[in-house]
Amino acid sequence: MIQEIAIRLNGEVRRVAVAPNETLLDVLRGKLGVKTPKEGCGRGDCGACTVLLDGKAVRSCLILAIEVDGQSVVTLEGVGRDKPTALQKAFIQNNVFQCGFCAPGVILSASALLVEKPQPTEHEVREALAGNLCRCTGYEPIVATVLEVAQKSAKKKPAARRARS
Amino acid sequence: MSKTKIVGASSVRVDGAAKVLGAAQYVDDLDFGPGLLHAVVVESTRAHAKLKKVDVSAAAKAPGVVRVVTGKDFPYMFGLYMQDRYIFAQDRVRFVGEQIAAIVAETPEAALRAAKLVKVDYEELPAVLSLADALKPDAVLIHPHLDQYNKVPWFFPRAGTNIAHWRKTRKGDVEKGFQQADFILEDVYTVPRYAHCPIETHAVTGLFDLSGRLTLWASSQSPFAQRNVMATALKPFGLTHKDIRIVTPYVGGGFGGKAGVSMEIIAAVLAIAMKGRPVKLNWTREQEFMNTSQRQGVIARVKLGVKKTGQIVALEHTLHWDAGASAEYGANVVNAVGLSATGPYRVPNVKIDSVCVYTNMPPCGAYRGFGYSEFHFGLESHITRVAQAIGMDPVKFRRLNAIREGDVLAYGAHMNPGDLRGAIDRVAKEIRWGKKEKAKPGKAVGKSLACFWKAPAMPPNASSAAFLKFNEDGSLNLTVSGMEIGQGFLTVMAQCAAEVLTVPVEKIRVETPDTDRNPYEWQTVGSHVTWSCGNAVRAAAEEVKTKLLATVARAKGLKAEDLFLADECVKSRKDRKFALSLRSFVIDGIMRPNGNFIGGPIQGTGMFMPEFTSALGDPETSQGGHPNVHYTVGCAGAIVEVDKETGKLTVLKTALAVDAGKAINPELVDGQIVGGIVQGLATALYEDIRYGANGRLLNPNFTDYKIPTALDCPGEIVPIILETAQPDGPFGARGVGEHTMVACAPMIADAIADAVGVRLKTMPLTAEKVALALRGIDYETVKGDSLGFCFRGRPCDYPFAVGGAK
Repeated sequence: MIQEIAIRLNGEVRRVAVAPNETLLDVLRGKLGVKTPKEGCGRGDCGACTVLLDGKAVRSCLILAIEVDGQSVVTLEGVGRDKPTALQKAFIQNNVFQCGFCAPGVILSASALLVEKPQPTEHEVREALAGNLCRCTGYEPIVATVLEVAQKSAKKKPAARRARS
Repeated sequence: MSKTKIVGASSVRVDGAAKVLGAAQYVDDLDFGPGLLHAVVVESTRAHAKLKKVDVSAAAKAPGVVRVVTGKDFPYMFGLYMQDRYIFAQDRVRFVGEQIAAIVAETPEAALRAAKLVKVDYEELPAVLSLADALKPDAVLIHPHLDQYNKVPWFFPRAGTNIAHWRKTRKGDVEKGFQQADFILEDVYTVPRYAHCPIETHAVTGLFDLSGRLTLWASSQSPFAQRNVMATALKPFGLTHKDIRIVTPYVGGGFGGKAGVSMEIIAAVLAIAMKGRPVKLNWTREQEFMNTSQRQGVIARVKLGVKKTGQIVALEHTLHWDAGASAEYGANVVNAVGLSATGPYRVPNVKIDSVCVYTNMPPCGAYRGFGYSEFHFGLESHITRVAQAIGMDPVKFRRLNAIREGDVLAYGAHMNPGDLRGAIDRVAKEIRWGKKEKAKPGKAVGKSLACFWKAPAMPPNASSAAFLKFNEDGSLNLTVSGMEIGQGFLTVMAQCAAEVLTVPVEKIRVETPDTDRNPYEWQTVGSHVTWSCGNAVRAAAEEVKTKLLATVARAKGLKAEDLFLADECVKSRKDRKFALSLRSFVIDGIMRPNGNFIGGPIQGTGMFMPEFTSALGDPETSQGGHPNVHYTVGCAGAIVEVDKETGKLTVLKTALAVDAGKAINPELVDGQIVGGIVQGLATALYEDIRYGANGRLLNPNFTDYKIPTALDCPGEIVPIILETAQPDGPFGARGVGEHTMVACAPMIADAIADAVGVRLKTMPLTAEKVALALRGIDYETVKGDSLGFCFRGRPCDYPFAVGGAK
């Protein structure tokens, strides 16, 4: 049974007809032309398909499109389109990614973490990224850069830091 | 070497913004419109069987199906170094997962449903699932027509056996050497198969257009090698090189797995079958494990003789490799090891036999390290044991025997520059070698240091080329055909051109290749493109520079030899005020007082081929050739904590030093070191491939085949770059990409031995094995049957005479 759903995709309302067994990943890539969520395994192991669903990092290969009717979906296309975020700038500047295939998922997971927890510990960063497999970098530059961006944002906004503690 | 400004600086990656901002396109991101067809492959469920009947009638009638293709439609063989692989299985299947037929349909779902309707009648043949079975005198032959296959001249298959290639290297007199030795140690080490696990699986879309030209958009490390393999295999369709075009956008990880040709040729023939409509074939993660290529497993016997003063006097190294059902690429891994299995040491008497053996397992091929990781496990473990046995510090032993520039290699050529002793010293210092670390209660801490070397394995005439052209604003386009597989190749090439032309890196656009438009590159493998293509780019930039100076000289009536480039200008040594910006004339020329213009669009080409190499060594000794261009040397060290109860290993710190010759972009070299260490540690600590007794891979997914996550990294990784210039490298550079994972496995084995006195000789080096050994239980007696070939039976029971003879 084909059904039309409406999602707020990267800030714009998009309507699309989906079958009940279609994954969010397939609909994003195949029907909505959004290509940064990647399929690496199709079973939730690798995290290359990570998107933000109402702000939460989820694996779009494990979610049926029909379930997200009315929700907000953010992919890398919707992050820093007009102006790269501090995290994106630092990822570029530090030469963090290599092949780049995991980058969309890693950036979304890290972005979600920094919203939820602007001053994470190293272990919290690693935990937040543990669902995003990367075969190239050895993770060290990714983790170091997320921590670097968090520290810089703390220096910029001392008031915000106090407010949280 | 004169001082450089851009080379040696950590420029920002030219592909960084595209990858971080969401613009980078990988093959499956390309759109082909509503005419696109989707293919699904029908795979063998048997390891070895005759194909009695392949009934596709029901599948052909299924909804949405437009075509079903079988081996009858395309009875052709292909291969990079030896044509021993079928596009589709013909009269028999040789491994579980081999492609038998393909469904082409309007949607992926329709193709998948129809694939299940294909009925295959098998007549089982005895499956050869271990080296012991493959090498028996009466072994079942996997390739009965081995003698008829096309191959490169440096492979020596044995017709009537399962031996696809046998590389022999002989130097000095190994028997005499052992007679001179004060101490001899002989033992066996086994390394199972491993999978590459790029996060992007193989993907390709093919279009055979109405004019009869074939275009493939492929995730590939080897666009030109692919075109060449296809032109050879698909000749019956009248296709020549110019009729085949390979376009390669960004690649989501290669590690050797996307070198050569594997499933891409299936998409090519499906496109030919569906003239006028594009056909997409994407591998699933399971197929990525089972039917591209894996790293070969190996059983290696090492016999090393030393003087009591520590000098190595003789080495006998015998390696039997499980190549799987085809050896078209894997045999060259075997070949590379057969030439280099002395490791980075001075060894006067050498006998190496590296034997490539067919089995009914999935085919193997190139994997980061190209056989060196595998043989270093045994050799470096052995070196430590021998040093300890004669009462010498293993680091001192390595330093004493370390190879130096000018030393005679096992095949007779001479060693290139490289500071192995410097690397040993730096790493030993970094891990506080000789200082005992305090361990927490219930834990033990061990230290280790292992050396490595590696040369690119390539045909003697593998070459690179580059084009450079200016734009109106003084920016440039650089075209090359090395692949950006993550290592930073495009950035490094831009840096090489920028250095010569004094142009900022940001003003050079360099993109992934298209064989129609970009100049030739053999393949992006062997960590050789920085060196080889870097030389081509430098040559192209020098040609451009010559044209720039000549144009200005002619237009201004100056002498070209008085002119030079600086800050994007042509300047003069005679007139310090003279500076003509490149952007003012590189397209539109220079106006003379009479209104005429001098010049025109400035562009340049460069090429490079090593003209000193030769694969024509004596087949019985390997003497007389010059198969390798150079070796990169280095070493790695670790501090590892072992839980004495559970066997769990925690890598507290690692350091790795590599002699890059010249680090064109040090941050990218660091990236190779850190990434390589984690990938190398994964083969030691986590990745554990399992096969059932029927030859089926049991863990083709990331749930059961574990690769590291961000939580599984060492506490600290220290990258160390040494720079002893490579005289024939661009700005002195040589490759470093693969090398960084080569020493990881023996490093962990040694650290375990140092911590708790347990010597593991079979990889992987899991907590389970350590815990069993700590309880005095022999792993071999409890391991069960669902394991890789190496572990079927006890390695020490293996018939180790070379080539299987008892």
